[in-house]
Amino acid sequence: MFEVRIHGRGGQGVVTAAEMLSVAAFLEGRHAQAFPSFGSERMGAPVVAYCRIADREIRLREPVLTPEALIVQDPTLLHQVDVFSGLVPDGYILINTTRSFDALGLGDFVSGFRPERLCTVPATDLALEHVGRPVPNAALLGGFAAVTGKVSIDSVCEAIRQRFGGKVAAGNVAAATGAWEFVRREMREATHA
Amino acid sequence: MLKQIEGSQAVAEAVARCRPEVVCAYPISPQTHIVESLGRLVASGELRHCEFINVESEFAAMSVAIGASAAGARAYTATASQGLLFMAEAVFNASGLGLPIVMTVANRAIGAPINIWNDHSDSMALRDCGWIQLFAENNQEAVDLHVQAFRLAEELSLPVMVCMDGFILTHAVERVDLPTQDQVDAWLPPYEPRQVLDPADPVSIGAMVGPEAFMEVRYLAHYKQRQALDLIPEWATQFQQVFGRAAGGLVRAYRCEDAETVVVALGSILGTLKDTVDALREEGLRIGVLGLHCFRPWPAEAVRAALAHVGRVVVVEKSLAVGLGGIVSQNVRAAYPHSPDHVHTVIAGLGGRAITRASLAGMLRSAAGGTLGRLTFLDLDEGLVARALAREKAQRRTGPLAEALLRDVGVVAARPA
Repeated sequence: MFEVRIHGRGGQGVVTAAEMLSVAAFLEGRHAQAFPSFGSERMGAPVVAYCRIADREIRLREPVLTPEALIVQDPTLLHQVDVFSGLVPDGYILINTTRSFDALGLGDFVSGFRPERLCTVPATDLALEHVGRPVPNAALLGGFAAVTGKVSIDSVCEAIRQRFGGKVAAGNVAAATGAWEFVRREMREATHA
Repeated sequence: MLKQIEGSQAVAEAVARCRPEVVCAYPISPQTHIVESLGRLVASGELRHCEFINVESEFAAMSVAIGASAAGARAYTATASQGLLFMAEAVFNASGLGLPIVMTVANRAIGAPINIWNDHSDSMALRDCGWIQLFAENNQEAVDLHVQAFRLAEELSLPVMVCMDGFILTHAVERVDLPTQDQVDAWLPPYEPRQVLDPADPVSIGAMVGPEAFMEVRYLAHYKQRQALDLIPEWATQFQQVFGRAAGGLVRAYRCEDAETVVVALGSILGTLKDTVDALREEGLRIGVLGLHCFRPWPAEAVRAALAHVGRVVVVEKSLAVGLGGIVSQNVRAAYPHSPDHVHTVIAGLGGRAITRASLAGMLRSAAGGTLGRLTFLDLDEGLVARALAREKAQRRTGPLAEALLRDVGVVAARPA
């Protein structure tokens, strides 16, 4: 079983991201469970959502306490919420930012992690470019597909199309694909460096 | 048809395929998504021959369901928590009149203090209201129990409450095999009411009944509800034949064959318990799980049979009878064929407190080791309780209790679950 925790703020599509990720996994014939952290959510407040992916029925109903992947949709949460709580030592970290882990002050913290599993994505910029609104969720799922390989970018795009229609779907697919390409490029450059 | 879908929407689709003629509802979390979806299905014309009625309160919701059912319509509503309590008088009327309404209860705690999260206080508060109560383990079962509930209700002329854990199930997106319209039509015959308000053949429903016959009316309600004890297992088998999967039944045992300890529970906690028991079996503990899928009528015989060879029983329940302890465990103790001292009550998950494998495993290891008490509050913050009690000892005007505890723990909303 692969467990993902998504942190963000009300209005950033955190719950929708977990749902779309579960749909992408479902489209690949896997079992998936997505659920929010069940608060009284409101714009701007910290929000958490979870997604589990497995090859057999998922019976477990506890929150994701030891995630294997972490998606942080808003880097300002790093100062407010213990987003890294329970993250497994070789876990994946995706952060929506134009800055580096070092610039975010996380250089020391992530020094024990596998570098190829650490990833920053300019998801808000991609969303503004393709969707016209600062909703980073779809772009981050594209980045997630690239860095983890747990779902394909095609499944992510199909999940986005099933959730949205028309221009919104097209914009989010473009943002997700853009993020996927961005992360793949970064990974290639890191390998050749 | 397999779909990756939110629990609430899956239930709405299943209810729609049962062809309700009246859906009346008042929004309350965590039930709202269900009736919102049904409203959309009616508005889009996908659910035909159905009137969706927005009402001004839960009391009105159940009253409209009563009126619709008495007029011969298949009626459905959904509620939770304070909403269920607000309609309580009408809930008793629905069963007293023998009207086969189906209602989803998206289980949620009851205030005060106000709390929107899951536990079973709401359904348990009304456990003796005369309705059949079924509890879903996961969203597949929530869907399937609704399909069973309409047939059961109409066969017995009794209302059925399908209980599903609020948020944990209603808001979880997972894989569900939705029944097709043909399957549901083959399973659920058109509603043939025993009584109907018909201008062409007038009757009065709801007469005052005095001491001369009230006992008999109540006895017959009891007699009729007990008939479900035969129908539910029979139809669970039939359901499996039509739909190709198991759902419902009175109780279901998991790894109980050689178990020395059996954990009894209802609702979505069963999944976490099964994972926990699998891990504990690896450690060599002989533990099993008994899931209660029907709570009213109380399946005493089935529980007794399932626990006949078991030396220790642990009931994990998400409700509390203040001043007594467990509610489900009271029922289990009465059915358990051995000493009631070997039935332990564990109160867990009140107001949405997460129930984790780690906590369950720790508790079950102490049960197997013989050190678990008769009544345990799982993951109770004893320090927090001690501080509150110390304050009350030290001074008279301690102020509002819940607010003081929130100050003690700090800002909850900013912490991850």
